[in-house]
Amino acid sequence: MILKELSEAIGVSGQEGPVRAVILDAIRGHVDEVEVDTLGNVLALKRGTGPEPVRAMVAAHMDEIGLMVVGHDSDGFLRVSQVGGIDARLLPGKVLRVGPEGIPGVIGIKPVHLLKGDEYKKVPKLDSLVIDIGAKNKDEARGLAPLGTCATFGTTYREFGPTVSGKAFDDRAGCAVLVELLRGERLPCDLHAVFTVQEEVGLRGARVAAFKIAPDCGCALEGTICDDIPKDKDASPTTEMGGGPAITVMDRSFVADRRLVELLIGTAEDLGIPYQIKRPGIGGTDAGAIHRSRGGVPSVTVAVPCRYIHSPAALLSLDDFDNTVRLMRESLSRLTQRTLRRE
Amino acid sequence: MRELIRELVETYGPSGVEDEIRAVIRAEVEDLADEIRVDPLGSLVARKHGGDGGKRVVLAAHMDEIGIMVSYVDEKGFARFTRIGGVYSLNTVGDRVAFSNGTVGVVGVEQKRANATKIPTLDELYLDVGATSREDCPVAVGDSAVFVRPLDIQGTRLIAKAMDDRIGCAVLIETLRRLESTPHDLYFVFTVQEEVGLFGAGTSAYGIDPDVAIAVDVTGNGDTPESYPMAVALGKGPAVKVMDSGMIAHRAVKDVMVQRAKDAGIPYQLEVLARGTTDAMAMQVVRSGVPSGCLSIPCRYVHTPSEMVDERDVENAVCLMLEVLRADL
Repeated sequence: MILKELSEAIGVSGQEGPVRAVILDAIRGHVDEVEVDTLGNVLALKRGTGPEPVRAMVAAHMDEIGLMVVGHDSDGFLRVSQVGGIDARLLPGKVLRVGPEGIPGVIGIKPVHLLKGDEYKKVPKLDSLVIDIGAKNKDEARGLAPLGTCATFGTTYREFGPTVSGKAFDDRAGCAVLVELLRGERLPCDLHAVFTVQEEVGLRGARVAAFKIAPDCGCALEGTICDDIPKDKDASPTTEMGGGPAITVMDRSFVADRRLVELLIGTAEDLGIPYQIKRPGIGGTDAGAIHRSRGGVPSVTVAVPCRYIHSPAALLSLDDFDNTVRLMRESLSRLTQRTLRRE
Repeated sequence: MRELIRELVETYGPSGVEDEIRAVIRAEVEDLADEIRVDPLGSLVARKHGGDGGKRVVLAAHMDEIGIMVSYVDEKGFARFTRIGGVYSLNTVGDRVAFSNGTVGVVGVEQKRANATKIPTLDELYLDVGATSREDCPVAVGDSAVFVRPLDIQGTRLIAKAMDDRIGCAVLIETLRRLESTPHDLYFVFTVQEEVGLFGAGTSAYGIDPDVAIAVDVTGNGDTPESYPMAVALGKGPAVKVMDSGMIAHRAVKDVMVQRAKDAGIPYQLEVLARGTTDAMAMQVVRSGVPSGCLSIPCRYVHTPSEMVDERDVENAVCLMLEVLRADL
């Protein structure tokens, strides 16, 4: 399963190399053209079979949130800063992989035996946390993890029934969907598959990739928020696990193109593929950068619901994953110039 | 012009669902323009050819309006919603909204909310569309609605929902109607998705690659009880923007508007807006930069269901725009 390899690869924003290597290897032989652009995006093209093929850009981001080494204590601990949206409550005591080689580290925490007063009630701030990589002093720490080294969670990928868990499903789930699309049969449209960098720090890779490709329409593939956990009142979950691919109508970064939303919904209903509308107004994706590129690019986002994203271990349903691949493949098969014509 | 304004403000068109308002505007400008097109995100571009030696000028007014989008329908058929653009709970409780299919909803507030003395959050509001269950609810997650308010006219004051920025659209249409000759190649652009991030204006301007861009939009006021200090009042003329929180107007664009107003004896005000911005912000930074400015219509109660402007300011905005376009820039 490509999702396992992608999930376990280390690729904090700005240092996506290991993830890029997995992807380049996975799509070799399945695309007509591939290049790595100046920011590090992977731009792959699988040409369409249709007459006047629509030039569709489908993007998934390779980068994940993480920590960056910003200092070394005299006793060998690493001081860190965050890259992307990190919840500092989750960090104490976690196992990390540090640097491109993935050397093991642990976020230091005082044992429960030594806590005094109401210390246990306090959430430590990020700047009070350190990574312990077993270094004996500053020089050794510097040698093993120089300034700028990135660290990510040390979670391994596990399958239990149709549910799987792992780190960085946001957005390796989207990357895996996109790899599956490229490995399948040719589509009528030109599939410009883009594996983007630096989404978590500001949609930066997608912005330059969309400018370069100048597509007719865009789609971001995501692993998105899923909070179908018990709530105290009858209010909306963002998405539900097992409910099928989540289609975005509007989030904080853009308003989806209605024609593309209707294409996805129509396809799902015709073929009996489960789907859900993601709760509007929450989050943002690469589509936010793609849709405002050049003279404008009608765009949409489709996502695999993932519980506990931006944490050490997310959960997703392989049924949702398979249905996302299927919905994308079938919808792209129906995408023609007529889909995007107005009036 | 009143009937044009009535038609524009009463039409449905939240950000992202501008099809109806675009059709209304298109019908108004179709016979007046030399070329008309809809660009990729849905903005309507009406082009009027000028003579030789003029500038390529974009005039932009956004046709989208603020609104709400359904985010959830509960078991009893009540809907929860999120905002499309700057919608605030203080202005919405007890108000009515309408969907594109005509369904009307009333905005209610949870009676047992946590702190009843505070302004409720959007999460504590719901929409009652008269349904009794999820199954018979006529609206679904992702559907958009706008405030329901007709145009009221009282003396010189015009009051309606969506003055922001249908009044700008009206100024552009009326300018196009009255335009006799211009040396410039004019692009009247009715933009989409301004209220959610100025998305239409930036992309449209990229496609046109103009020499000059002017947005026409509403601005705030400083002439109501206990308002923040702002040297803009209703009825004292259209406001020439100097600066807002998103852009500093290009000096030459601002100066030409001021000079032409003075020369023609058209009343105007200078505007510095502390909070808020317009399509000019997005157009200014397109490609390698576009000298940009904004002509504003002073407006009270912006982003409420009852936005109020003065008819004389609207008329004078049209007159000033015609003066600006008549000669070299």
